[in-house]
Amino acid sequence: MLKVLKSGFYTSIQDRGRFGQRTYGVPVSGAMDSYSSQFANTILGNSSDDAVLEITMTGPTLHFLEPTVISVSGAVMHPKLNGNPIKMNISIAIKANDILSFGRLNSGFRAYIAVKNGFLSTSVLGSRSMYKPITTTNRIIDNEILEYNKNLGHPQGPNAHVKYNTEIIEGDVLEMYKGPEFRRLSEESQKQLLETSVKVSKLNNRMAYQLEPILENNLKPILTGPVLPGTIQLTPSGQLIVLMRNCQTTGGYPRVLQLTEKAINSLSQKTTGNTLKFRLKES
Amino acid sequence: MIYDLQYSRFNDCSVLIEWPAVIDDVMLKSILNFKMVIENSYVKQNIEVITTYNSILVIYEVTIEDVNSELLKLKALNIQQNNYEIKEAPVWEIPVCYSGEFGMDLESYSKTINMSKPEIIKRHSETIYTVFFIGFLPGFLYLGGLDPQLFLDRKTHPNLNVKKGSVAIGGNQTGIYPQNSPGGWHIIGNSPIELFDSNQNPPCLINAGDRVKFVPVETLEYLDILNAVRTFQYQLKSSNTYA
Repeated sequence: MLKVLKSGFYTSIQDRGRFGQRTYGVPVSGAMDSYSSQFANTILGNSSDDAVLEITMTGPTLHFLEPTVISVSGAVMHPKLNGNPIKMNISIAIKANDILSFGRLNSGFRAYIAVKNGFLSTSVLGSRSMYKPITTTNRIIDNEILEYNKNLGHPQGPNAHVKYNTEIIEGDVLEMYKGPEFRRLSEESQKQLLETSVKVSKLNNRMAYQLEPILENNLKPILTGPVLPGTIQLTPSGQLIVLMRNCQTTGGYPRVLQLTEKAINSLSQKTTGNTLKFRLKES
Repeated sequence: MIYDLQYSRFNDCSVLIEWPAVIDDVMLKSILNFKMVIENSYVKQNIEVITTYNSILVIYEVTIEDVNSELLKLKALNIQQNNYEIKEAPVWEIPVCYSGEFGMDLESYSKTINMSKPEIIKRHSETIYTVFFIGFLPGFLYLGGLDPQLFLDRKTHPNLNVKKGSVAIGGNQTGIYPQNSPGGWHIIGNSPIELFDSNQNPPCLINAGDRVKFVPVETLEYLDILNAVRTFQYQLKSSNTYA
């Protein structure tokens, strides 16, 4: 197990999410950037279902009480072990009483810490992903104890076959499909939607990212229909809302665009003020 | 009845099937039947099927490699399912206390729509509603069948904290809040039952296609039921099945 000395800005346990529960209105949740979280798991030889810690903007300080092996992927936040810088995207041996901390956020917005065989919080409806009220809390807090299996395994050397793709962090083009209501927009609005650079507004979290600018439109609300992470809704007042991992399962705003999985991962690494371009993917 | 269905890719790993944009009990049966046919022809762990008023979303666990062949497969499944049998559905009895603080907006709602409180309660609890789907919040039932005399636009300023169990009316819909949540509907009562229990799998007892009826109870009975719910001794009643 480990003790959380400082929780950081917003740190939560996430896995691949709750598959099969959306028919009961349960959001899928799961790691915002599935590429980076799975990369951290892969390095340790973990299963893709193993739970990781998702850290946001500022990292936590963690006191490991038992040996294990860890890896850190995603946003660059200068991880340190007992005060000494450690590399990201490799496996690192942890001894009892080691302390993991983070420095300044350099690029990206969310990083992932994997431990050998995953974190062992209670699984609810097939997932450990924190989402209140399905789980009792939304995120970890100071002094909380997090469980993992003690592991004396040795870290593996760098694997030439797995190289972290930094485009997830650095890329500023989001690939997307046309949404079900895209064709209801006037030709002019379609063009405007696809050609305007958009900016992440300060309203961005695990549920949704709001984008600027306002896009005037005359779309009518739809009969409430299914939505997924990556669905871009256009409200009557012209707000572009990108639904993210904790989004509701259904919605009544027109669904004008739909991000690819890769684009959701990329957007998860963006924060307030970052600018992005849209690019249609041939479906 | 044969519907004109639209099939399209929704994202890397999902396909959207759309019926005409109407709310209709007969169409719901066709949607739910198609859902069952799809679920039975795939390994259940590998797909997830969401339904709404007029849509099915089929979500695959992996990226769709060849979208055209997947669309053809689904279209073929639709042809097979034309002769479906109409299954019986339970009518769940949901106790609701409309008195005092439980129906905090009942007074103002009654004035706005110009109908007496007993008449509102009578009309609200006489209807047998259809559960079209679950969405918005875990366990939130989208119910069809509200008496048009009870329609009233949502509030202009939503409540930041609508209490769990609140029974409310918004536009042409009525519903029960399964948890504390912000909400803009007019609250006319409260139900002591649990619509969603994440310790159970499935977490909802009530499903799309079921029917629901509100049963008015007084404060004392409400408290008795609440106590039974909290000690896991309450069993939601379902009356005769309804074809």
